[in-house]
Amino acid sequence: MSDIKLAPAPPGVTGSGFFATTLDKAVGLARANSLWPLPFATSCCGIEFMATMGATYDLARFGAERPSFSPRQSDMLMVMGTIAKKMGPVLKQVYIQMAEPRWVIAVGACASSGGIFDTYSVLQGIDEVIPVDVYVPGCPPRPEAILDGVMRLQDIVRSESVRRRETDEYKALLESYGIYKHG
Amino acid sequence: MAKLDHEALLSSLRRQFDGQINELDRTFGLLTIETSKDAIIEVLRYLKTAPELQFIYLTDITAVHYPMNELSMAVVYHVHSLVNQTRIRVKVFLDGDKPQIPSATILWPGANWMERETYDFFGVIFVGHPDLRRILNVDEMDVFPMRKEYPLEDPNRVDKKDFFFGR
Repeated sequence: MSDIKLAPAPPGVTGSGFFATTLDKAVGLARANSLWPLPFATSCCGIEFMATMGATYDLARFGAERPSFSPRQSDMLMVMGTIAKKMGPVLKQVYIQMAEPRWVIAVGACASSGGIFDTYSVLQGIDEVIPVDVYVPGCPPRPEAILDGVMRLQDIVRSESVRRRETDEYKALLESYGIYKHG
Repeated sequence: MAKLDHEALLSSLRRQFDGQINELDRTFGLLTIETSKDAIIEVLRYLKTAPELQFIYLTDITAVHYPMNELSMAVVYHVHSLVNQTRIRVKVFLDGDKPQIPSATILWPGANWMERETYDFFGVIFVGHPDLRRILNVDEMDVFPMRKEYPLEDPNRVDKKDFFFGR
């Protein structure tokens, strides 16, 4: 018997030859364990991310085997590093190009709050231009912290309703950032 | 050791530009002269083309804001004579309310981006520049951030108070 651990099944009803659960939970399980990351690395946090992707820490264990360098085929935007105000529109464009459902992790102090760069040319946190799901503190955070951020995001993804992206609240959230889903 | 000493350089400049050149200092062995915005292009042209000088390499153009001075904006040129292994710094003091100076792009095409940067951060208008617009900051910015006329931090902001960090 191999010692590979499988993701635990969501709560449901088990009987002989069948397993019943809700669609939300089945979809959440699938999504949470196949989050394809899009690295948006601008500085030292990006180096920590490289370690996170490497053999020792191995982000692939969490279903993020394939870093997608195209926003079209990725689920999880990981912003790592200082985002200058001039980079803001670029980051927003990358976010808009991602297909729904999409999630964002702000890795490190700079992406979360501007960090030490409390100055006229630096965005004081990427949540000024795009909505963020998980913030990872640290300057830079260790790979363990980045992994913890991914696991917290998996919790969010696992419990997300399949209808969330169609709700008025979600549309209002995007519109507060000037992003319009249909046209 | 530089093949061209400061005295020879100064006397050559004084011969050419009688009364339009002031020596400011020689900090760290770098001769610094001051001239006016009317003479600057001719001074730079002379530095670049005179056979005994040959300051052919424009190292940098930048500016310094001295808000306490009457002429509050100083544009600074660093030029390098590769042949004579020496450098010189040329300063021009301008009216800070309307800093205008002729563009050096007619002498060095490489002055283009240096002048754009100086415009971007200090608001110095380089007359005759082919494309004077911001180069590093966002295009929508409506201030010149390196001028010493802004508070270092908005005194009313509360988001980075010690309280929020448990201090």
